[in-house]
Formats: sequence, structure tokens, C-alpha cells
Amino acid sequence: MSDTTTARSTADALRADDKKEAPAGNGGPVGAVANWVDERTGAAKGVRFLLKKVFPDHWSFMFGEMAMYSLVVLLITGTFLTFWFVPSMGETTYNGSYVPLQGVQMSEAFASTVKISMDVKGGLLIRQIHHWSALIFLVSIALHMFRVFFTGAFRKPRELNWIIGLLLAMLSMVEGFIGYSLPDDLLSGTGIRAMQGFILSIPVVGTYISYFLFGGGFPGHDIIPRFFTIHVLLLPAVLVGLFTAHILLVMVHKHTQYPGPGRTNKNVVGFPLMPVYAAKAGGFFFVVFGITTLIAGLVTINPIWAYGPYEPTMVTAGSQPDWYMGFADGALRLLPGFLEFTVLGFTFSFNIMIGAILMIPILWTIMGAYPFVEAWVTGDKNEHHILDRPRNQPTRTGLGMAAITFYGILFAACGNDIMAIKFNMSINDITRAFQIGLIIMPPIVFWVTKRLCLSLQRADREMVLHGRESGRIVRTGRGKFFEAHQNLDDFQRWPLVAYDAHAPIELPSATDENGVRRKGARKDRMRARLSHYYFKDRIEPVTPAELEAAHHDGQAHEAIESHPDEAEQGLMHGGAEEIGEAHAYGHPGEHADAGKN
Amino acid sequence: MSNEHSPQEGAVANEESGGVVATRDDEQSLPARFSNPGLAPHVHRLGDSDEKAARRSERQVAGLFTLSMIATVLFIVAYFTIGEKTSVTLPISGKVGALHAALGVTLAVSLLGIGLGAIHWAKTLMSDTEVVEERHVQRSDDEARDGAVKVVMDGVESSQFKRRPLIKYTLGGALGLFALPLGLQLVGGLGPAKDVADDLKTTLWDSEVPVLGPDGKPEMKDGKPVTRPRRLMRDPEGTAIRLSDVTLGSVFHVLPEGINDTADPLNQKVKASVILISLEEDKIKSARERNWGLNGVVAFSKICTHVGCPVGLYEQTTHHLLCPCHQSTFDLTEDCKVVFGPAKRPLPQLEIKVDDAGYLYAPHGFEEPVGPSFWERDR
Ligand code: HEM
Ligand code: FES
Repeated sequence: MSDTTTARSTADALRADDKKEAPAGNGGPVGAVANWVDERTGAAKGVRFLLKKVFPDHWSFMFGEMAMYSLVVLLITGTFLTFWFVPSMGETTYNGSYVPLQGVQMSEAFASTVKISMDVKGGLLIRQIHHWSALIFLVSIALHMFRVFFTGAFRKPRELNWIIGLLLAMLSMVEGFIGYSLPDDLLSGTGIRAMQGFILSIPVVGTYISYFLFGGGFPGHDIIPRFFTIHVLLLPAVLVGLFTAHILLVMVHKHTQYPGPGRTNKNVVGFPLMPVYAAKAGGFFFVVFGITTLIAGLVTINPIWAYGPYEPTMVTAGSQPDWYMGFADGALRLLPGFLEFTVLGFTFSFNIMIGAILMIPILWTIMGAYPFVEAWVTGDKNEHHILDRPRNQPTRTGLGMAAITFYGILFAACGNDIMAIKFNMSINDITRAFQIGLIIMPPIVFWVTKRLCLSLQRADREMVLHGRESGRIVRTGRGKFFEAHQNLDDFQRWPLVAYDAHAPIELPSATDENGVRRKGARKDRMRARLSHYYFKDRIEPVTPAELEAAHHDGQAHEAIESHPDEAEQGLMHGGAEEIGEAHAYGHPGEHADAGKN
Repeated sequence: MSNEHSPQEGAVANEESGGVVATRDDEQSLPARFSNPGLAPHVHRLGDSDEKAARRSERQVAGLFTLSMIATVLFIVAYFTIGEKTSVTLPISGKVGALHAALGVTLAVSLLGIGLGAIHWAKTLMSDTEVVEERHVQRSDDEARDGAVKVVMDGVESSQFKRRPLIKYTLGGALGLFALPLGLQLVGGLGPAKDVADDLKTTLWDSEVPVLGPDGKPEMKDGKPVTRPRRLMRDPEGTAIRLSDVTLGSVFHVLPEGINDTADPLNQKVKASVILISLEEDKIKSARERNWGLNGVVAFSKICTHVGCPVGLYEQTTHHLLCPCHQSTFDLTEDCKVVFGPAKRPLPQLEIKVDDAGYLYAPHGFEEPVGPSFWERDR
């Protein structure tokens, strides 16, 4: 067989397979190029596979995309900035066009940043887009994480991607902090100074780490060039690498989907990449870029020329880091000084270390462990591709909200001085209130959220059993009024009943049949206890039998008319409670428990 | 279908099989759970059947793309025509550079036109019928797994890795160690490993300045320059301070004399900057603080003992020094001990005296390290 025939038959095979996606007609220029490439790479198979991939649609899936596009915008604008930025701490005297700084001694890094802002046409716009998209990037990562957590998208088989995501989030924060430090202005210099203080608090090696990092005492001449390499080379490479792994895993797993008619654990329902998803996602990139640009053009962020160059003896009141570092700064403000002490002449500064060095690794470890803890508690080894509605996992949702509360209070504490000024309150009182809030608020929020979820689940049951309120008031022959309820059809009902309410794991007996203590009995007991804690309060989805029964009672208008006493009214609008008493929960033993809480 | 849990068999899988799965025998043989009704019937959009509506969508999409092109042109026009010094006042944003705002808005519209156009196109004209793709469990089938294990085992076997422990252990050792030289080079080259704690414990106040003779050259005695302790100099003017300059209630930001002649003035400032304040002497509760001052004029390190910001805010009525970074508050009347905030240690005091010429100087440096705590601080 000659080469040409092989080629033709490959192309034919391609066409035979899928007429639409094959290069049009007998080629045309596009077809010719496609043919040329495919003969050398065999790319057609991959392209077909990729372009046919199906993506489910939901607004909450946008956060991950937003993060991805902000990352791209950061890479583009960051590259622009490298053409003018001078990563040097060499001293120079400013003689550019910004009058208030003329004649001032400053580092070349700062001088070049002022130059980008004042003397490079459009340079300020690029700087502002870069900074704004960094902020938006981290906001989207946070929202994306919330989405993944509350919907249980981290469950098997996506635990790995959850961990990659956590790494991305942490490194993005570090990348942001380092970028913020590069201009060497008064604000960022103060930030680096604080960072050196954090490092010094590390036991045994803190001083050495600091001197290695800064190439000697603070600030020295090395930190900006070193940060520059980390910011434009090292971390972007790691971020892009991790992100690629992240997105490849999404391809391999195929995207999760919310429960809905026709959606099962074994399929994915949505739009194919070509053309719908490509147009939407491609369009969305431009929208993210466009909105970031609009904000950047209209709202000034980090006007370093107004702060002036870093000067170790000066500081501005109300100095604050970028928002994503706020929680760590807040923690530093709340940790009391008595946590510093000396043992055998060695200094332990837990007032600094806990907030600045230990907190992020500890929080990230807890988050990283969560999917595995939950899987252990539920004993669930199945793959999950259908997302949870947050209300159907009251304990998880409660824990998540408690964590967000903890984070939120630390974040708010970072603005305690500004609040004190704005609201004319004592900073001592505000700080004390935050310290107390940090301890008592998360449990309260956990409890409230869990109750709220259970109520929402009851409302779902109510909806399934009695339909939605139609707003139509019906007057009965006896002069009684009631609101007609419209029953859900199969497609509307399905999302509300398509979940599993886990039952707590039973404790296996601690002794085996011979009465000998089994190994691992204690672990089992802990697991049973945790499982009980997670699932003792639960609301089961409506079963067909219950619906049947409800219809039997509810639809009997005649019956209600003939029993006009008040108690019967309940059946018209019937809460899950009434049904529950009779047969809603399917686990009467637990029911008393659920009612009590 | 068995009721054992195989990985494939998620919750929904059960429901799909509907009535086949366990039914409750007490309820008139209804299934235990609802079953998935399958995809809802597709509802067509206006544009799918009405060519007029479709054409309207087409025009809207094209309009957005055109808007983008216009904005791109405007960007270029703005770039060349708007002066860099002109500014405009906008609602909400206030006064901004005209060029900057114009470039931002035109670029934004250019990008948004494309983005919104594409999304509108996808939503109104492209097929909105949902497509179903099958999923497969991630786990490879047993054959593939066994195959993979076999390939690895065969490789191990043919390399004789197991049978030759000598190779195994030496390879492990070599791989374990090879990164050391690289690590050593990196860490060794990054910074000084010697006298680190000493550097943190000393400030410029610990050293003296040469005394200049009438000819402007350092005076020498026994072949060594004569030195004297450093004076307190105003920051940033660099002029010496007389005791009489420090009127009641005044605050001076101070640096040691000769700081700009050092190799790294910034590094010295970070440690040596001082705040000089005059109080009524009887307000000072601590005897040492009074003795180290002069008639109520006292000098303290300006570097916060928390993480090192300059403690720049003085509240005259309460005699409190406040650090703007995390609000540590120091009581100036009592050895600058911490009265609020996350810092633990008081600000170290610098003893001051007056020399013959009437200027303030520091006879010796701080008695303890300034600034943030560190491991070897008390050693
Ligand atoms: C650089 C930052 C990140 C980018 C650019 C990014 C991007 C994306 C994108 C585009 C998707 C697919 C669509 C979606 O669900 O939104 C995705 C999925 C996912 N992301 Fe991220 N992400 C980032 C950070 C994170 C973080 C911080 C986490 C969690 C700790 C995370 C966990 C996940 C998981 C588990 C999935 C699979 C979820 C599913 O298929 O539903 N990602 N990511
Ligand atoms: S640095 Fe002064 S309070 Fe933190």
C-alpha cells in the first residue's frame, strides 16, 4: 500500500466515523492543514474526543472557570510588566514626571513601578489589571472551593483533585503576597518587614531562615530580586503545572452534575465542548477579562506613588495586606501577647507563630483530610458524580459554615483599627469581641446551619407530598377556604427525592463470638460515635408509598369539607411533621431524636 | 442484580433499576424509592422555530461584535490623542487620569463585546439540546491491573533488582543523597550563616563615631582613632538635638549619628530608630526609666516588639505609644510595657545624656535586643 492511499484511507475512516467533524468537503485550506497535521500527529482522534466532551451547565461551575481565566489574565499582564519592572534594590534618585517624588531616594524597583504607572503609556492600566485580577483570582478560588465543598464534589474519585486544588489555593496566596511585595513601596515594605518578624518566631532555625532569605539582615539588597524570580518563574510554573493536572483530572473524571431528571451516577448530561461550551466558556474568558479591565480602568488599587518608597522608620496608619492575607493578619491581632514565653533561655513566640507560621498549614491539613474523614465516617466507598444539594448534608454544610465563620472573623479582625475609627468605638472592645466571637461563633453557626438545612429538607418533603402553593384560593361548599396545591410532576419531583440519607453506622459488638475483645474495637466505637454525630438527625426523602398516602389524605377535598374542624387543616398544607408522626421517617427509633433537636 | 455494594452501584444506579430493587412488602408493592424519570421533554426556544426571532438574535450578536471593533479603534485613538497629564472627574471613581480611564473603558468594551456576543450566540442560536455522555468507573479492569503489575514485576525481575541487594541499597543511597550538593550550594550561597544572632542583638548605638579634629580628619591617639558615643539625630534631617529643643510634650523621631556613613543605612535604621519624647517627670512611674532619661525626656526603641513595625503613633493624653500594624499599645510612663495588643515585651529604653556641647547622646546601646522576638534572644 502506498503512502497516499494510507493517508486517504485514514481521512476516509475519519469521515466515515463522524461526518460533521471531518474537514469539510474535499479539504479546502483548513482541511489541508488539518490533514497535514493529522498525518504527522494522529491528532484527529484526540481532537474528536475532546470536542465531543460533555459539560454540564450550572452557574456555580463558573467559579472554577473564573479562577482559570483570571490566571490567564495574570500571566498575560504579568509578562507585560516584566518588560519595564526593574527587580533591584539599588538606590536611585527619582527624576521622572511625578512631581511629588522628584529628588527622593528610592530603590530601582520602586522607581520603575512609578515609571510604569506614570510614564509608560497604558502601563498603569496593565498594572491595575494585574492587581485586580489577582484579587479576583483569589476570590474565585475561594468561591470555587466553597462550591466543591458544599456539594460534596470532593468525594471519591475526586479527592486528589481536592488536594491539588488546596495546593493551588495556598500557592496562589503566596504568589499574591510576593507580587504585592515587589514594588518596594512603603506598604509592601512594611509587609515584608512583618514577614521577617514571622520568620524570626520560628523555633531554632528562624533566625537562619531569615538571614538566608534576605541574604543577611533585613532588608538587605537581595529580597526583591529573589522574590522576583519566585514570582515570575518558580510559582507560575508550579501553578500552571498543578492547574494542568487539575483540569486533566476533571477531564478524566468528567464533570459532576447536580441531581436532575435523566442525570445518573453513570452519565453526564450537558452541552458538548464544540460548539456550545466552547462559545460559552470562550466568551466567558472575554467577559472576565473585560470586567477586570473595566474595574482596573475606573477604580485605583495600590497607588504606590502616594505611599512613597519603603522607609523602615515610617509607616502609614491603617496598613493592611491584600484581602486574601487578611485572615492571617487578623489572627496576629487577636492572639494575646502572653503566648510568648522563654524556656531555658529560648524564646517561644506563639503569639506570632500560631497566626503567621502554623495556622495556614494546620488549616490546610484539616481541609485536606476532610474528604477522607467523611468517607471513613460514612463508610461509603462508591464513586459519586451526582452532587449533593447542601441541605441534604446538614452536618457537612454546618461544618463548612462554621469554618467560614472562623475565617470570616479572622478576616474582620484585620480591620479592627479601621472599624474603631469609623464607628468611633474602642479598639480594645472590638478586639475582645472578636476574640470571644472566634471561639463561640463557629459552634453557634454550625448549629443554626444544621437546623436550617433540616428545615429546608422538611420543606422539600412538604413540596413533594403536597405540591407547590398555586396561589389559587378555593372556597368549599361549606364556606371554608383553602389554597389549592399543585402537585409536582415526575421531573420536578426527582431532584427533591434523589438523595440518600445516610443512617449512622451500627457499632459492631466489641467482643467476638468467643467473648474475646476484638482488635480495633475502640476505633469502631469512635467511628460509630462520629457517624451518629453526623447522621443522627436526618430527613429521609419521600418514598412513593408516602406520596401515595399523602395524596390519599390531601386530595380528599370532600373528606376535608366533611371534617371542618381546625385540626384537619394541617393535612392540606401538612408539614412533614404530621406525615412524620405516621410514617415519614422510616426509622421510628431515631425520630424522637430528630424531633427533639 | 445483587444487593452487594460493588463500586459501580451508586445510589442512583439502584434507583434506575426501579422496581427490581427491594420493595416493601407491607406497602402495596410500591417501589421503596422513586425512580429516575429520564430527561425531561425538550422545550424549544423562540428562535428555534421562528426565523424572525433567530434573525434578531443574529443581529444582536453581530452588534456586540461590531461594538467590540469600534471600541478597539477608540482605544487606539485614545492612546495617541489623550495627553498623559489630563485628568477627568468621574462619578464614584473621582478624579482619574483621562488616558488611563479611556484606555481601560475602551479595552473593556472591546473584550466584553466579544465575550457577551459569543455567549449570546451560544444561548440563542446554538443547539440547546442536552447531550448525554456515559461515564465509566475510574478503576481499571482486573486484566489491565494485572497487566500493569506484571510489567512492573517483569521489569524488576529482568533487572535482577531483587536478587542483587548490593545494587538495590547503593542505588537507594545514591538517589537519596544526590540532591545534597545542590541543596548545599543553594542554601550555602543564600546568606551568611555566621553571627546571625549577634547581628540581631546589636544596633548602631553600640558602636561609636570617630572624633574629628579641627582639620576635619579623624583625631588619632596611639595610632587608633579617638571615638565618642553617637548623638541623637533628627530623622530625616540628620541634625543633632539639644535637650532644650525637647519641649514638654514634643516627639522626635531619632536615628544615630553617622547612620548614612554605614554600608547599609536601611539595615541600621531597621534596628536603631528611636522615638524621643518629653513627659512631665513625675508622671514617670519607673525609677529606671527616670534615671535613663533627663528631666522627663526619654528615648525608646521605635521598633515594635511584635513583628517589627515602627511604633509611630503617640497619644499625648494617655502617654500611650501605638503600633499601627496590629495595635500593640505601650505605656510610656511605665517602661513602655505593653498595655494592649499582641506584643509581649516592652520597648527597650535607650539611656540618654547631654554632652559638653549641649547635645543629646547615647552613652551605650540598648541593654536588650530590639524588635521582634527570636529563638536565641535571651541567650
Ligand atoms: C488556580 C486555581 C484553580 C483553578 C484555575 C481551578 C479551575 C477549575 C476548573 C475550571 C474546574 C472545572 C469546572 C468547575 O468545577 O468549576 C475545576 C474543578 C475542580 N476544582 Fe478547581 N481550580 C482552582 C483551584 C481549586 C481549589 C482551591 C480547589 C479546592 C480546594 C479545587 C478543587 C476542584 C475540584 C475537586 C474539581 C472537580 C470538581 C467537579 O468536577 O465538579 N480547585 N477547577
Ligand atoms: S508589629 Fe506592632 S503590633 Fe504587630
